[in-house]
Amino acid sequence: METFLAYLNEAPGTVLPGLMFYVLAIVLLYAGVMVITARNPVHSVLFLILAFFNAAGLFLLLGAEFIAMLLVIVYVGAVAVLFLFVVMMLDIDFEQLRKGFVRNLPLGLLAGVVLAAQGIMFAISWSFAEGAKEGKGPTVLSSATNTEQIGQVLYTHYMLPFQVAGLVLLVAMIGAIVLTHRGNTGVKRQKVAAQNSRRPADVLKLNSVNPGEGV
Amino acid sequence: MDLLSLSTLLPEITLTLAALLLLMVGVFMGDRVTNAVTQFAVLALLLVAAALGATMWGVEADFHLTGPQGFVDVSLFTSLIKLMVLITAAGALLLATGYLRREEIYKPEYAVLVLLAVTGMCLMLSASNFLMLYMGLEMQSLCLYVLAAFRRDATRATEAGLKYFVLGALASGLLLYGISLVYGFTGSLSFAEVATALSQDSSRGALVGFGFILVALLFKVSVAPFHMWVPDVYEGAPTPVTAFFSVVPKIAAFGLLMKVCYGPFAPLQDKWLWLLPVLAAITMLWGAIAAIGQTNLKRLLAYSSIGHVGFALMGLAANDPRSVIVYLAFYAVMSLGVFAVLLLMHRDERMLETIDDLAGLSRVHPGLAAAMAILMFSMAGIPPLVGFFTKLYVFVAAVQADLIWLAVIGAVASVVGAYYYLNVIKVMYFDEPVAKYDRFTDGNLTGTVTAMAVLSVAGLLLIAPVVMLAQYAVHLLKP
Repeated sequence: METFLAYLNEAPGTVLPGLMFYVLAIVLLYAGVMVITARNPVHSVLFLILAFFNAAGLFLLLGAEFIAMLLVIVYVGAVAVLFLFVVMMLDIDFEQLRKGFVRNLPLGLLAGVVLAAQGIMFAISWSFAEGAKEGKGPTVLSSATNTEQIGQVLYTHYMLPFQVAGLVLLVAMIGAIVLTHRGNTGVKRQKVAAQNSRRPADVLKLNSVNPGEGV
Repeated sequence: MDLLSLSTLLPEITLTLAALLLLMVGVFMGDRVTNAVTQFAVLALLLVAAALGATMWGVEADFHLTGPQGFVDVSLFTSLIKLMVLITAAGALLLATGYLRREEIYKPEYAVLVLLAVTGMCLMLSASNFLMLYMGLEMQSLCLYVLAAFRRDATRATEAGLKYFVLGALASGLLLYGISLVYGFTGSLSFAEVATALSQDSSRGALVGFGFILVALLFKVSVAPFHMWVPDVYEGAPTPVTAFFSVVPKIAAFGLLMKVCYGPFAPLQDKWLWLLPVLAAITMLWGAIAAIGQTNLKRLLAYSSIGHVGFALMGLAANDPRSVIVYLAFYAVMSLGVFAVLLLMHRDERMLETIDDLAGLSRVHPGLAAAMAILMFSMAGIPPLVGFFTKLYVFVAAVQADLIWLAVIGAVASVVGAYYYLNVIKVMYFDEPVAKYDRFTDGNLTGTVTAMAVLSVAGLLLIAPVVMLAQYAVHLLKP
């Protein structure tokens, strides 16, 4: 199967991938800014989901369809939904949290300026490797899609880290249970054996009631 | 995957199997088997340690073995650090039983989590690939976060767990970012290939990546200025967990730091070595000065551990990993002893944690006070106790590496630090006792206190063999 990028490149009018890149990138940036500026935290999470989708689109343009799908499944499907739950369940006054914003602005700006200065100094003294400016990518050795390639090495070459990842997940599971599980004491369970062994003679009592006297 | 290469993972496989077995036993039999589970876990740790020690016996100094697909690489260095981790973890687990029972959180999962954390530490120490390093580091960190919040009904413990988790996740993020930069600029995740690539063309991008990796690892060993989490987590976590934190993960993280510095990033040494003396100086001074105002013993010990990390880092800054191993080995002895004293002190079923609670200890329990005094003198570095000789060893390493200014700062820091150690002794011996303590019934704790105090005195005799062992262990690390 050819990559999506290859398909786009061969499609009539090769401006299409470039155009898609800019559309996705601009929406991604907008969504990113909105995540931290939206007043309603639920909106922030929804913008985060939008950002994830656009990033997935960018990965798709790069021909990395496996990461793109992973981003959608894991980040949108699990992480963002979890965020949404947490935001909706926590009773936090976000206006109160935002109060310190102006007061701490100078400090934040200072940190930003220092970071920017470091970045600029670093960029000035940068020397490019041969071919880097022409956008030479890594050499692709086989024509298989990257999902196929990952599948070929994940359970063979990367067996050991993969198994350890399983252990890490087990630790996460143990941790979640240890920290939250409480044995319930007041549970009323159905006792099937007791129900089956009930006999009418033990529980039923026939009274002969005379008219007009009551029980 | 042949058997010989798989044998490099034997300690990890054994520990994992033991942990899984104990987990199943704990799940099906419930809390009544906790004692058996904990004892079996201690036994497993000690057996693996014994087996590991036996394999180190009679092995050539340049022995090393590569594991499956080159993901792990064991040598005498990794075996020695693992040995220290296993033994101290077993000790820390033994200390915990009485406390957990009193607080009614004595559950089999505690021992299982300790076993899994130690497995993670062994994996990250064995790692010769950044992917493996990350997996091991993450495995041990996750266990530690849960252990910090193990007393889940106490607000302070859950707060400690959460703080540790959030800051630890940040450090993990930095580590991953650094690893991705190193991968991008060298084209490999394997330690050996990164070293080869960097020795041919030391690119600036890889150096930035190493910066991120270094920050993450320094966070794990709690070097200032990446130490902010330590006092809060140490104070909030249950005391036996604090005892565990102050020793076991520190040794493991230091081992990893040395392996990474002298492994893949050895070609960049002239670019990062200058940074370590500066950090060591800041850490030693901050550990000494910030501890002065503390009234809580656990916070005090947190700053004390930061100070000790500074001294150990001085050894690394002097380019002498031997002295780091020796320093950490005897720091573990003193720290476990002090925490055992702390765990022994309780009154009316309540833990005593402030320095004032020690008042008049010498009159109520002269033996315990004497042991604590020995441990404190040793931590302060007063001759002829072992703490003095390990400090001296690090100072000599610094002077030999032409870092005389660092040795002077170290001396100043230990004089300042001596103030609060001696203050504890003063409170124990000269203040009026407040009330009696509960009876000591925990044989593990009294045994540990006695053993560690004796080791602090007799360590003088042990220091030469430990130096020899460390000398062998670093043979391959730093040729």
